[in-house]
Amino acid sequence: MARKLPPVDVVLVGFGWTGAIMAQELTEEGLEVLAIERGPWRDTPSHFPTTAAQDEIRWYWRKEMFQSASRETLTFRNNRSQTALPMRRWGSFLPGEGVGGGGVHWNGQTWRFLPSDFLAASHNTARYGPMRPGMTVQDYGVTYEELEAHYDRFEKLCGIGGTAGNLKGEIHEGGNPFEGARSAEYPNPPMHMTFAQNRFEAAARELGLKPFPGPSANMTRPYVNPLGCQLAPCTYCGFCEKYGCGNYSKASPQTAILPVLMRKPNFSLKVHNEVLVVKLDSTGARATGVIHVDQNGEEYEQPADLVILCAYQLSNTRLMMLSGIGEIYNPATGEGLVGKNYCYQVMSGADVFFDDKYTNEFVGAGALGMCVDEYNGDNFDHSGLGFIGGGYISCWTTHSRPIERQRTPEGTPEWGSAWKKAVAENFLKSSNVGAHGASMAYATNYLDLDPTYTDIYGRPLMRMTFDFTPNDRAMSAFLTERVREIAGRMGAREIKLSPREGPYDSMPYQTTHNTGGTIMGTNPRNSVVNRYLQSWEVSNLFVMGAGVFPQNAGYNPTGTVAALAYWSADAIRNRYLRSPGPLVQA
Amino acid sequence: MTGGRISRRRVLSSSLLGAATLAASATFAKTGIPWTAGTSPYPRGFGATRFFTQPERRCVDALVARLIPTDDLGPGAREAGVVDFIDDQLAGAYGRGESWYMKGPFAEGLKTQGYQSEHPPAGLYRAALAALDAHCRERFGDRAFSELEDDEQDTILKEIEDEKLEFEGVSASAFFEMLMENTIEGFFCDPLYGGNRDMVGWKLVGFPGARYDYRDHLDHNGAAIPIEPVSLSGRPAWSSD
Repeated sequence: MARKLPPVDVVLVGFGWTGAIMAQELTEEGLEVLAIERGPWRDTPSHFPTTAAQDEIRWYWRKEMFQSASRETLTFRNNRSQTALPMRRWGSFLPGEGVGGGGVHWNGQTWRFLPSDFLAASHNTARYGPMRPGMTVQDYGVTYEELEAHYDRFEKLCGIGGTAGNLKGEIHEGGNPFEGARSAEYPNPPMHMTFAQNRFEAAARELGLKPFPGPSANMTRPYVNPLGCQLAPCTYCGFCEKYGCGNYSKASPQTAILPVLMRKPNFSLKVHNEVLVVKLDSTGARATGVIHVDQNGEEYEQPADLVILCAYQLSNTRLMMLSGIGEIYNPATGEGLVGKNYCYQVMSGADVFFDDKYTNEFVGAGALGMCVDEYNGDNFDHSGLGFIGGGYISCWTTHSRPIERQRTPEGTPEWGSAWKKAVAENFLKSSNVGAHGASMAYATNYLDLDPTYTDIYGRPLMRMTFDFTPNDRAMSAFLTERVREIAGRMGAREIKLSPREGPYDSMPYQTTHNTGGTIMGTNPRNSVVNRYLQSWEVSNLFVMGAGVFPQNAGYNPTGTVAALAYWSADAIRNRYLRSPGPLVQA
Repeated sequence: MTGGRISRRRVLSSSLLGAATLAASATFAKTGIPWTAGTSPYPRGFGATRFFTQPERRCVDALVARLIPTDDLGPGAREAGVVDFIDDQLAGAYGRGESWYMKGPFAEGLKTQGYQSEHPPAGLYRAALAALDAHCRERFGDRAFSELEDDEQDTILKEIEDEKLEFEGVSASAFFEMLMENTIEGFFCDPLYGGNRDMVGWKLVGFPGARYDYRDHLDHNGAAIPIEPVSLSGRPAWSSD
């Protein structure tokens, strides 16, 4: 029997980027906000100081930075004819856990989606005709123009370094000419590029492309954000993604929000407590709060007027399923929406090997890179290509952590003296050009509950059914050829392509950009949440995160996840609190 | 809960409940900064606990010495202390699979589904090493893997890699994959874990280790950066003796 606690105005489930943003925004409104996080407290000086951050074994290989798979994982299969089996340890993606969530261990590549990405169904059908059979691509229900101010807020919060390409409709040399119009320049200048970026830039220009610096949440100079939090210049240490930053140089909830938020009297944080279920009243149309459990197995009922799911996309989706909110998607009938339109990211690339030039990739940072956007979204004519969407192509120098990366040329054996020699010769003299491809929704890719495997509390694990789709494969093959063109002009001895071939493999790390499952849209028949991220069924429940993406664009998702959180917070502050209830009439 | 409508009045009254809420929970980081300076938890160092039996240790030592051999280029896995690293890892949380999902039922699985053995890492090593030595004894006149010639050892490894050799009751390819991963870990890890002894792995490839600031080198422009590697616990030149 859960012990009932005194009510709060708002309970946040999970405390990463969206939880911290929501807490900061709603406490400003005078609300009593409680965040419940299942992982531990984490801060820079105690948990990832400079003397402990650069430890490959501890943080990545032993997964201390991430959700513990022993307590809860998911099961995976490529298609419905197979039996899903548990991902016994993390591989292809790394769900965060603990205060700050994935915001602690991201690279900091902070993009805006293209205006046409939000209109993926209507824009592409108008231009190219009907979608391929089986595609379930939809419009977001919100536009780039509506989100612009919220992108801008997040960029200022994080001190993003970059060069504007489209300032109020005017195209600026040196930035991304394809981006939507921005109201302001980036708050900080771009990263300091190194040898590999310079070669990439020259190659791209030769091809008539317009390279620009990747937008970076690694600080390019000392920065004080609008909340008064101070961030320090990045030292290019090469431990960003999968690691906490010991130097206050990467924007994270810890560096950009918590120093202010934690001091607020109307904010509370509970750690090591896991929310088991969102509790509904007898009508099923109203959330009364959440049930959570502490480390000793004690259960609590936390009443709240407003429940906001701020956990990772996979956890938010599963919590909706376990709470019985909405119908779980069934691919056999096409009925149900929770778990529908699971999408990912389609990555490919080319390793680039130099003979006499040192790339010295240990001099790196999570968002140190040059990019081109000619082949993203609908920035190019797709007529006759057989796919929609695209991706950016980049040369990031993120790291040369030696356990994770030993690049070897084509034909090198996997072990023995020849392998050793190839690793030794190429370690300091190689780089990579990557394509960061979109992932379009298909009826056959989805999330539901596993019939066999359970978590530490005996509740069903989520089951992922996913494979790369015909659209993905055609798109990725096209992008990989563009990668070849650029990489081949960088003055290297040789390049080695890594095209996206074969079935999706859940083990080799690809990227932690899982999307869909609680998708947003224009009406309750096509989406789980409305354009303000409010549940159609339960109007005092909001769902944050990339789970609301109806499909994934060819960019890293964090910028859009955060912009949507600010957009939703704005609707709660300015509309919902005045008149609680549905913000969009069904 | 009353009526469930957030109102300004409710906002005021509920903030008075803050103290009661605080007292009612198990783990709480209430307002204020809840950390203490100078208390960073370090990982366990290279401990005295050991997992391998002597025959197992000989077998692993021989295996890793073929994966990353000692040769013209210099020290290999043997000099790097890879067997000590693996032994230590298997004796601890990693060996027990403490952060892995190890609930059944177990099934063979597809390649895209990753590790599906019912054994946590230590158990997989134990079963696979026994099977490997048994196979070698039968095939090579009662000689264990560690007693074979280099080329015989390479033949066995190649057969496992190509999935031509399978063991009874334990997956040879799952073992090979794990051994490869652990060998690379032990060769390139921070020396505080007992592998990469004298930073031989880092010196081989030119990785400078746990340095925290490369801003002086941003304009390297394709030239080598001649700096010595540093471990999280420093480097020999830093000690007084």
